[in-house]
Amino acid sequence: MTLWSVIGSGVAGLAVASDLVARGAQVQVFDPGGPPGPHGCSWWAGGMLAPWCEYENAEEPVLRLGQQAIDWWSDKTPVYRRGTIVVANTRDLPDLRRFARRTAGHVEVDRNKIAELEPDMKAFGRGLFFEQEAHVDPRQALQDLCGQLKDKGVEFHQNLAPPQLDNTIDCRGLHARETLHDLRGVKGEMLVIRCPDVVLTRPVRLLHPRMPLYIVPRGDGIYMLGATMIESEDSSRITARSMLELLSAAYAVNPAFGEAEVLEIGVDLRPAFPDNLPRIRRLGRTIYANGLYRHGYLLAPALARGVADLALENKHSEMVDEDRA
Amino acid sequence: MKTFYGTTLPNPLMLGTAQYPSPAILEQAFRSSGAGVATVSLRREGAGGAGQTFWTMIRDLGVHILPNTAGCHTVKEAVTTAQMAREVFDTKWIKLELIGHTDSLQPDVFQLVEAARILTEDGFQVFPYTTEDLIVGERLLEAGCEVLMPWGAPIGSGRGLNNEYALRAMRAEFPDVPLVIDAGIGLPSHAAHAMELGFDAVLLNTAVARAGDPIEMAQAMAMAVQAGQLARQADPIEPRDMAEASTPVVGKAFLS
Repeated sequence: MTLWSVIGSGVAGLAVASDLVARGAQVQVFDPGGPPGPHGCSWWAGGMLAPWCEYENAEEPVLRLGQQAIDWWSDKTPVYRRGTIVVANTRDLPDLRRFARRTAGHVEVDRNKIAELEPDMKAFGRGLFFEQEAHVDPRQALQDLCGQLKDKGVEFHQNLAPPQLDNTIDCRGLHARETLHDLRGVKGEMLVIRCPDVVLTRPVRLLHPRMPLYIVPRGDGIYMLGATMIESEDSSRITARSMLELLSAAYAVNPAFGEAEVLEIGVDLRPAFPDNLPRIRRLGRTIYANGLYRHGYLLAPALARGVADLALENKHSEMVDEDRA
Repeated sequence: MKTFYGTTLPNPLMLGTAQYPSPAILEQAFRSSGAGVATVSLRREGAGGAGQTFWTMIRDLGVHILPNTAGCHTVKEAVTTAQMAREVFDTKWIKLELIGHTDSLQPDVFQLVEAARILTEDGFQVFPYTTEDLIVGERLLEAGCEVLMPWGAPIGSGRGLNNEYALRAMRAEFPDVPLVIDAGIGLPSHAAHAMELGFDAVLLNTAVARAGDPIEMAQAMAMAVQAGQLARQADPIEPRDMAEASTPVVGKAFLS
């Protein structure tokens, strides 16, 4: 039986390994960074399964393929099916109208309905509710996938994959750019804060022409604030401006966020191709699966299926853009 | 068509490069419009050349690159950013933007004139983002600018030409200076309007990048500036209060 070697244990690698195993393949995983942690950009993700919202500024496959994600994750990690609320300050209501026009799957909500959904968002008189959307806790999700793979006999190696390996699947994100020359990094900055004074139970997006923000609840008064999108490949530090913008946007959602403790500052680079859509490429003995951009948790399931189709059945899904086996 | 520091542009459309859904769409917007100039911001992507990959994509568009100082609030920041832009893009061109007001992003014209003087003396060819104020325009020319870029309306507002009277006055006051409407354009009709008033080019970003289909909107803008430019050359009729029949009535046979 063929042994498949998945390189990289971010959300792409683990999802790929998971689908291969589910379809009966034998799999091992290599990641010199060890178990999922701050060394991978999946660690810093929002974990929103929000294909309808994302469609505002993404291509059609994100909407269509992203809708498969909620079911895919449901038997692997807790999926919080509480929808998404999108709001804007009064002066930015044109942005809310545009957002409504460009997306589907939402209902308009007024002050009463918003207060009913999220009592701590009384300040907003108008919004959109995307009832079908969901979210996961990314770190929990990575750990759960690892645990399930180990239970099924998958070995994890904390080292580089030997170069002569056959049947490898390269899911290294931006580290694969020496081969994938059209891959670039898009800087993202995020914060994790603790603010028990504010209770939000579902992801909230605040529209703003310059600094759109989302807040994802992690439970126990912990929230993830994200995320900037900058065409820069410097992942060393957050800038003061980004931090100011993230925090002031959160403050605009509820001034009680002003008292929050800042627990973590995350900075990393999202791997992206020029159209910001993921790709599967077979070059020689290696299949590359990459470019999840800001849609790691949303599109990893579709990416994983595409890889398994190619690896096990030699079928070309729409994500395959090059095959030189 | 007037030249911009000696450079003749293929057409009067200049496009920004921020806020597109993806670099692929940005590239197609340039292809579909044939825009001859791309403005690029360095401030945020800047530090240590970390924006190289994106900048290479912009260079590969094969159009004239006009780096900008977007996001700068002081002369010092703007001058440093301009110097960095010269290194990165190997060009003397700089779109000088000095923001004076957080909400309107209105230019701080006092600092603008000062920075324009410093940069011109340093060999830059400055494209200042300014208001429609004639005296400020004059000071910028004195400082060495050979192009003026008055706003149509605040950046990103999509309101069109807010002060047509003042823009007409500006055109009349500086008949030989290349004038570019920069900022505030939302619709092709706004862009055509600017060209009909005799402006030499239109610079826009948000109207295309944030449109539902940036590629089609870029094309629409290109057609609009071309229409406006042709109309200007064709010497439009004057508006009048009463109808003027296109077929003369006098001399027609009476059939009753």
